[in-house]
Amino acid sequence: MLTDETKPADFKKSEAADYSHIKGWGIDADPENDPVYPMKNRNNAEHEGYAWKRPAQQNDNVEILKSVERPNLTAVFGTASPPEGLNGKLRRFAFKYSESSYGRWLPLVLADRVGEVEGIIDDLKKGHVPNIFAERGWGSEWKHNRTNFLLKVAAVAAVAVVAVSVLSSNKENGDNDDGL
Amino acid sequence: MLAMNFRGPFRVRADRNMPEPRIEHPEDAIVKVLRSCICGSDLHLYHGLVPDTRTGSTFGHEFIGEVVEVGPSVQKLKVGDRVMVPFNIACGKCAFCKQELYGNCHESNPMATAVGGIFGYSHTAGGFQGGQAEYARVPYADVGPTVIPDWMDPDDAVLLTDVVPTGYQAAEMAGIQKGDTVVVFGAGPIGIMAAKCAWLFGAGRVIIIDELEYRLEFAAKYAQCEAYNFHSIGDPVVFIKTQTDSLGADVCIDAVGCEAKGNMMNTLLGMKLLLQGGSTTALHWAINSVKKSGIVSIVGVYGPIDALVPIGNVVNKGITIRANQAAVKRNLPKLIEHVRNGILNPKEIITHRIPMEEVADAYHIFSRKLDGCIKTVLIPPTA
Ligand SMILES: [Zn+2]
Ligand SMILES: [Zn+2]
Repeated sequence: MLTDETKPADFKKSEAADYSHIKGWGIDADPENDPVYPMKNRNNAEHEGYAWKRPAQQNDNVEILKSVERPNLTAVFGTASPPEGLNGKLRRFAFKYSESSYGRWLPLVLADRVGEVEGIIDDLKKGHVPNIFAERGWGSEWKHNRTNFLLKVAAVAAVAVVAVSVLSSNKENGDNDDGL
Repeated sequence: MLAMNFRGPFRVRADRNMPEPRIEHPEDAIVKVLRSCICGSDLHLYHGLVPDTRTGSTFGHEFIGEVVEVGPSVQKLKVGDRVMVPFNIACGKCAFCKQELYGNCHESNPMATAVGGIFGYSHTAGGFQGGQAEYARVPYADVGPTVIPDWMDPDDAVLLTDVVPTGYQAAEMAGIQKGDTVVVFGAGPIGIMAAKCAWLFGAGRVIIIDELEYRLEFAAKYAQCEAYNFHSIGDPVVFIKTQTDSLGADVCIDAVGCEAKGNMMNTLLGMKLLLQGGSTTALHWAINSVKKSGIVSIVGVYGPIDALVPIGNVVNKGITIRANQAAVKRNLPKLIEHVRNGILNPKEIITHRIPMEEVADAYHIFSRKLDGCIKTVLIPPTA
C-alpha cells in the first residue's frame, strides 16, 4: 500500500492528558497485573488429575458424541439435535478424530451443510414449506436497505430467467450473498 | 414454546413448536426468559462458521429470566428468583472452576475439551439450547445464575451476562498500567465495552479501530476514546506506530475474532473456504501494532481449526498473548458495583428491542449492520 510511506515528522508521542471527565478512571488499576495475575486463582488443583468430587451424572438417554480426548461424558451436557440422517453419520465419523485434527472439523463443516439440506427435506415431509424469504430476514432489508433489496430481487430474477432458459441447469447453488 | 430455530446459514425462524426444556439433571433450573440478546458471536454461528452447528439449534447465551422450576439438588436458587445467567456453564467443582476459571469448566461439554459448555453455542460448545426462547434449561443453577438486585434495570442485567464481563476481562487480561496506550480492534459491543473499561485500569490513551462509521462515532462518545476507520488511516499498523513515536501501543485488544475484514487472503481462507479458524486480520494487526514486550489480549471468537498469525513477530517482540472466554461469575460482584455507582452504563449500547417473533429480521439487521444496529435485545411475548 502506498499509504504506508512515512516521514520522521509523522511520528508523535502521546501527550499527557487530564482524565477528570472519565468516571472511575484508574479505579481498578493494579500494578501487579503483569502479566499472569489475576486470571487464575492458582491452587494447582489440576495437579491432582481428574480426581475432584464430580457432580451427579446426567442420564444419557440420547446419543451424545464425545471427544476422544476425555474418558467420559461431562456431568451435564446438552441434548438438543442428536445426530440423525446423513449429517449424523458424518458427525459420528468426525468424532473419531481428536480436536487437534482436521479429520474432526472438516467433516463437521460438511455435516452442517448437509444438515441444512436435510432440514429442508424434513420440513417438507412435515408439510411445512420453509419461508426462506422470511427466514433470511429479507423483510428488514426492504425496510432498512431498499436499494440493495431491489438489486437483490433483480439479481435473483435475472438468475431465474437464465436458469429457466437453460433447461439443462442443475439445482440452484446455496447463496451466501449476505456474507460481506 | 416459541424459540429461535436455526435452519442453516443465514436462515433462522421464530418457531412456536419448539419443545419446552425439562429438568435433565438434579442441579438444573428452568428459567422463563425475560430478555435475550443477540451477540456478535452469534453471527459466527448464523453465518455457518462454527463447526457442528446443527439444524434445529436455538442460539442465545446472553439472557436473564425468572426461575420457574428447580431440580432436587438446587439449594440457593428459588422459584420466582430473577436471575442473570452467565454465558458459560460451570460446575463449580472441577479443578478449573475451583480456580475461578468458569469459562474453562471440565464438566459441562463432552463434545470438546478445549471449550467449556456455552448456552446456545453449537455442539462444539456442548449442544445446549440457548436463551433466544421463552424458556431455557440452566444447568448448575447454584453456580452461575446470579439474582438481579432490585435496583437494577433488566437491560443492564442482560448485558452483565456477557458483554460487560467480556469487555472488562479483555482490559483486565491486557495488564493495563497507568498511562498505557491501549488499542482496541473492533467497535462492536465487546470492543466498545473493552475501551470503556480500559480507563478503569488507568489507561492513558484509548484508541478504537473499526470500519463502520456509525459504530466509531458511538464508541468515541460512549467510551470517551479516539476512534479511527481503518479504511481512512492507511495501514493500521503503521498508523499506530506513528501515534506511539514508533514504539507501538503498550496493549492491543482483539475484540473482533473470526470475521475480521481488511485482508483478502484471510477473508478467503477463514470465511469463504473455512480452511482456517476464521479471518485473523485483527489479531495480525494487534500483534504487529503492539510494542516489543507488549501484551495482546484476545476475546474475539475463533473457530477450532488452525489460523494464520505472525508468530515470528510474537517471538521476536517478546509479546505476551492473553486470551480466554470471560469467567463471567468471577467479575460479576465488581461489575454490579460499577453499574450501581454509575461508572458503567451498559444499557446505553442497546439500539434495538425486537419481539422474539421477529428473530429472523433481528438477525438480518444485525448481520448486515442495518439501521445503526449495535446491540439487539429480543423480548419474548411472555416477558
Ligand atoms: Zn455474547
Ligand atoms: Zn467446572
